[in-house]
Amino acid sequence: METKRGKRSRPNCVSTSVSDNPELPASKVYHRQETNRQVVQEPGRTQEIVDKYGADKTDLIQILLDIQREKRWLSGDDLMYVSEKLDVPLSQVYRVATFYTAFSLIPQGRHHVLVCMGTACHVRGSPRLLDLVINALKIKPGETSLDQKFTLSTVNCLGCCALGPVLQVDSQYHGNPSAGEVKKIVAGCD
Amino acid sequence: MTRLKSPAALERARKQILSQRDSQRPCVAICTGTGCQSYGCNKVYTAFVNELANTGLQGKVDIRQTGCPGFCERGTIVVITPEEICYLRVKPEDVPEIVSTTLVGKRLVDRLLYEDSNGKKIAYEGDIPFYKRQMRIVLGNNRLLDPKSIDDYIALGGYSALAKALFKMSPEQVLEEVKRANLRGRGGGGFPAGTKWETTRNAPGTTKYVIVNADEGDPGAFMDRALLEGNPHCILEGLIIGAYAIGSHEGYVYVRQEYPMATENVSIAIGQAREYGLLGKGILGSGFNFDVTVHRGAGAFVSGESSALMTALEGMVGEPRPKYIHTAVSGVRGQPSNLNNVETWANVPLIVNKGSKWFTSIGTAGSKGTKIFALVGKVNNTGLVEVPMGMTLREIIYDIGGGLRQGKKFKAVQTGGPSGGCIPESLLDLPVDFDELTKVGSMMGSGGMIVMDEDNCMVDIARYFTSFLGDESCGKCVSCRVGIGQMIKILDRICQGKGQRGDIELLEELCEVVRDVSLCALGKTAPNPVLSTIRYFRDEYEAHIEQKRCPAGVCKALVSYYIKPDKCQGCQICLRDCPVEAITGGKGLVHIIDQNKCTRCGTCLEVCPSRFAAVARLSGEPVPAAPPLGTKVVRQKGKQ
Repeated sequence: METKRGKRSRPNCVSTSVSDNPELPASKVYHRQETNRQVVQEPGRTQEIVDKYGADKTDLIQILLDIQREKRWLSGDDLMYVSEKLDVPLSQVYRVATFYTAFSLIPQGRHHVLVCMGTACHVRGSPRLLDLVINALKIKPGETSLDQKFTLSTVNCLGCCALGPVLQVDSQYHGNPSAGEVKKIVAGCD
Repeated sequence: MTRLKSPAALERARKQILSQRDSQRPCVAICTGTGCQSYGCNKVYTAFVNELANTGLQGKVDIRQTGCPGFCERGTIVVITPEEICYLRVKPEDVPEIVSTTLVGKRLVDRLLYEDSNGKKIAYEGDIPFYKRQMRIVLGNNRLLDPKSIDDYIALGGYSALAKALFKMSPEQVLEEVKRANLRGRGGGGFPAGTKWETTRNAPGTTKYVIVNADEGDPGAFMDRALLEGNPHCILEGLIIGAYAIGSHEGYVYVRQEYPMATENVSIAIGQAREYGLLGKGILGSGFNFDVTVHRGAGAFVSGESSALMTALEGMVGEPRPKYIHTAVSGVRGQPSNLNNVETWANVPLIVNKGSKWFTSIGTAGSKGTKIFALVGKVNNTGLVEVPMGMTLREIIYDIGGGLRQGKKFKAVQTGGPSGGCIPESLLDLPVDFDELTKVGSMMGSGGMIVMDEDNCMVDIARYFTSFLGDESCGKCVSCRVGIGQMIKILDRICQGKGQRGDIELLEELCEVVRDVSLCALGKTAPNPVLSTIRYFRDEYEAHIEQKRCPAGVCKALVSYYIKPDKCQGCQICLRDCPVEAITGGKGLVHIIDQNKCTRCGTCLEVCPSRFAAVARLSGEPVPAAPPLGTKVVRQKGKQ
């Protein structure tokens, strides 16, 4: 589950090399260098977003949310830029970026796959749905596929409990999909 | 539309909108709430638009995309007014038939109607048992208006309560009315809203804030989402009235970012209200100024707590602080701040319009008005239900919810979100209100009501909630951070069949410490799921610990799957569907599960045709020895 705590222990823009850890499969883990090569940086957009909010400190979360939505992750450069512009210490920006589950310090896939683990979905079999999705995507919750196509995460409630268990792919909701449907949904993403 | 500069202008605008509409003209209302989105309601809408154009009915029939009417189980829901014919589970391919039969031919499409347990078809919305027993004073307007249209809201008498408050009542009178109505916070705490408002009003401070808490983090509850998506103006109206009573000129709507449609609809509503002069300077020509900002939450359960939410509003990490001084006195930027839940605000215009006497005539002695519950889980009619306080759980689950799915046996109902408790069958006749639920070890919470049947393991449920709370604990208090962590460890070990004698007592002791020592409501109520399941389902804990048996067959470590050699017909369905290839056999040969490879996912049990019923789930007993490989199946009589 991608939680605050789980995320802190994950590799991110801090340049500790995690690939040395034999327990983590190297293929699914990004180094900082690797991510910088793969993701084209657009400082211009970050600047536009910050300007839109008038560089107000209290809008820190809103700004980070917009950057996250636009770029699908928060890079070290983005955090430093925001920190400087808003006059908020980098440590505090980092704290916010690691506290909330909406933020990611590693690049997210083009398609965001969410499995709802809320209570209503749990009692109607979301652990099994999660197993099916893990099987179909070959990644675990919190991970991104190497081709950057999918990011899988779990969410505590999507608020459409009547349909449970719910699978959300980007902005599409799917209520109680069968194993075959999961495969079809995944195959339908380009 | 120009700015409305007086209550008379609002009334004129309403009459003008109504004069342009013909109440007898047929209108097709399609639910476009998030629930129906997943059933493809947008395609149904497009199909209607195209079909009306094709049949030349364009302009003669209105189409309206409405918010969620609550009956999510049967989406996409289409209601045709003025007759109020309700069609359920509508697919795009049904649309031509609806148009030709109902709109042109004025006849019913029987197959899309609600069918009761006796097979009787019910055509009209009000007659469907799910709706019939409800009292939809807050939620009812959802299906009558397009949430993106302020005109729809004004046509229904919207903002008339605001006009009444601003021009016919003093702020003190509004406050007095809300206090007399005894409106209690719908977000979970049940604190009287009027008292909170008064504290903020009387607190010293230059700027005062009013806040809508739409950080609906409780898994299993979605009434706030339905209200914000379906009727955002009624929440805004309540908020403006509250601001007037409190003397605030700035407000916030704090919405979870997981609710994109709610954020969009409330932002549109704010824009429209500004345009009409219902927000901003000199509202409706009075001297009262007020404006609202939308703030998206970035996903943290604990940030729904009032003091945490307010620090999040300031752009910081949303962690609770000790509330020796209440947020009503010192909240956002150290200023008095009044925070109420979405549903609480939505009740305010009703109280102002109809009076506290009307409001207090509904409900029980201590809890007035109605409450919206999210009735979900193993119940037939899942969805949002709004009932007067004091209705019994049995009425809600059986009369409105239509009983349990597939005729299973009821085990428990969980109320109050993760910090609530599980209520057993013996207490089903409990009248639901704030105080009664607390008495039985649960709570009202935000109104999630999750029904569980015999297939749910109560120890697993306790572990689920505890690990949820463990994940969401901000870690500030040791008791919560470490205490919940230890509770998870013990529950995990019980679920894995490694429970020891004395674990139950140890859990109880831990719960007491976590409850007494933690700072905010998350820690204080975290033991509820464990304590309530121990209280009512102690036998299940004992079965896990003493007999290493999970009575419901949920805890993976305590169950195994076994294919009965005398029943297996060698059809290869389970063999193909097993995700880990743990099943061996061939066509016409008895299939065998390799117990070492099996991950206990239960797929084989699910896919085995019911006429064979060859797969058994065993718990607390050894798996019988498998027949030798290559054993031929015993054909059942009457089969090839």
